[in-house]
Amino acid sequence: MAKKGWDEFEIGAMLRSFDGSIDDIAGTRQEDRTYSENNSYKASVADWRLIKPVFNKDYCIDCQFCWIYCPDVSIIARDKKMIGIDMDHCKGCGICVEVCPTNPKSLLMFPEQAEDEAEIASWPKKDEEEA
Amino acid sequence: MAFDKMELRDVEVWDGNHAAAQALRQAQVDVVAAYPITPSTPIVEGYAQFKADNYVEGEFVMVESEHAAMSGCIGAAAAGGRVATATSSQGLALMVETLYQASGMRLPIILNIVNRALAAPLNVNGDHSDMYLCRDSGWIQFDAFSPQGAYDLNFIAFKVSEDHGIRLPSIINQDGFMTSHTAQGVTTITDDDAYNFVGKFKPMNDMLDFEHPVTHGVQTEEDWHFEHKARQHSDLMLKVSPKIDEVFANFEKLTGRKYSQVECYDMEDADLCVFCLGTSVETAREVATEMRAKGLKAGVVGLRVIRPFPFAQIIEALKDVKAVAILDRASPGGAPGAMYNEIAGALYNTEYSPLLSGYIYGLGGRDLTKANLVDLYNELQTNVDAGKVTTQLQQFIGVRGPKLSFL
Repeated sequence: MAKKGWDEFEIGAMLRSFDGSIDDIAGTRQEDRTYSENNSYKASVADWRLIKPVFNKDYCIDCQFCWIYCPDVSIIARDKKMIGIDMDHCKGCGICVEVCPTNPKSLLMFPEQAEDEAEIASWPKKDEEEA
Repeated sequence: MAFDKMELRDVEVWDGNHAAAQALRQAQVDVVAAYPITPSTPIVEGYAQFKADNYVEGEFVMVESEHAAMSGCIGAAAAGGRVATATSSQGLALMVETLYQASGMRLPIILNIVNRALAAPLNVNGDHSDMYLCRDSGWIQFDAFSPQGAYDLNFIAFKVSEDHGIRLPSIINQDGFMTSHTAQGVTTITDDDAYNFVGKFKPMNDMLDFEHPVTHGVQTEEDWHFEHKARQHSDLMLKVSPKIDEVFANFEKLTGRKYSQVECYDMEDADLCVFCLGTSVETAREVATEMRAKGLKAGVVGLRVIRPFPFAQIIEALKDVKAVAILDRASPGGAPGAMYNEIAGALYNTEYSPLLSGYIYGLGGRDLTKANLVDLYNELQTNVDAGKVTTQLQQFIGVRGPKLSFL
């Protein structure tokens, strides 16, 4: 966002969520909404994440638990199918991993610098005792 | 939901609290969130009574503290309503954090402060300690000298604050008990005229506009905060003063009552000036007239608008005066009085240099008597005759014990 001068923005400690007026926002997907530059959707607010969830779709049953529980709306689901994680907004809290019911889990936490493909290739096997 | 109108006599006998409550009713305030405290309680109690009796269409929100009261007002104002409340002293002290939120968020809330001393020792009577406590909070601040002022300035404050070019909250000060509980004749405005003057509330960036969602109360750090504060200060310095003059002029057209940011009394040819606020202004005017009869060229300047500080008007009012007594009704806490500093600052870089002396008076409701003011004018004349301030720069008036003076 360009750094505006003191006389170049609207008064008040106030930010608009959208450019122009909106209608049926609940029925509009995030990527289709007219978010303003001020909206945190347009910003990365994840730079202090230390550990990250990695998603392994091979085990996912699309139960939507992670989508329901994520406190930052960072689980991306389409037509009730889990398709990935919004890494610009995920804070790495690990709640999605905690609530994932599959065996092995379809989401696991790894250090921020881990390679997703390598971790998926060496994913833990099914835990027979727990099953 | 309809509400009833109230038939008022042309002149009603009201104290300052009731006058302010009537103004909140006539302005049809949407939300009052309040926590009662002496001596301001009857203002919000009055609004609640008017609401219970169907004379106003609005909401009264009972909260658990003054901090919550102003927080409720901030929420209601951000939602898009006409909002007002009242407080005093310790309540204001608890409210101060949220005052800065309200002005920074540019929400046009009206706060009636019935001025009262700050503890300790605990005291319910009038002085200006609480007025000065929120001096730098970024609010527009008016001062009523009487119940009539408390009534009129509420309408004026709504009109100034709610203007979309201003959008800054306003405080109306009145002296605890001396104004708030002293009944005087108040010339009224009819319900229709009063409401038409203030006008229907026009929301701006309101949270209830669902087609244009906004976030109020955002956080900014070193990258944006300074610009926001600069904008707020610039608007206070440049936009508010002309707007107040415009609203004063329109109010005079409606009522015939003339207000000025700096209220001058017998100042045209005055050598001696007493500068003060609140009920002291009326006492000083009476004494000035008596001093004129004794041959002293005495005048009075009362400050009607405390913020934005009317720098140019102060210079204009004091430029031909020879000696000014600046009265501060608050313990200055280790400094010259607040108003003394401001007047000195206004005059310092001008070609005018009246003799300035500061006085601390009236703390905790101690009377400022006419005898005090007679002595004061005589002391100013002594200074004029000597061509210099013959006393120390800061003196205490009306305190028991050995004479107290500093600087």
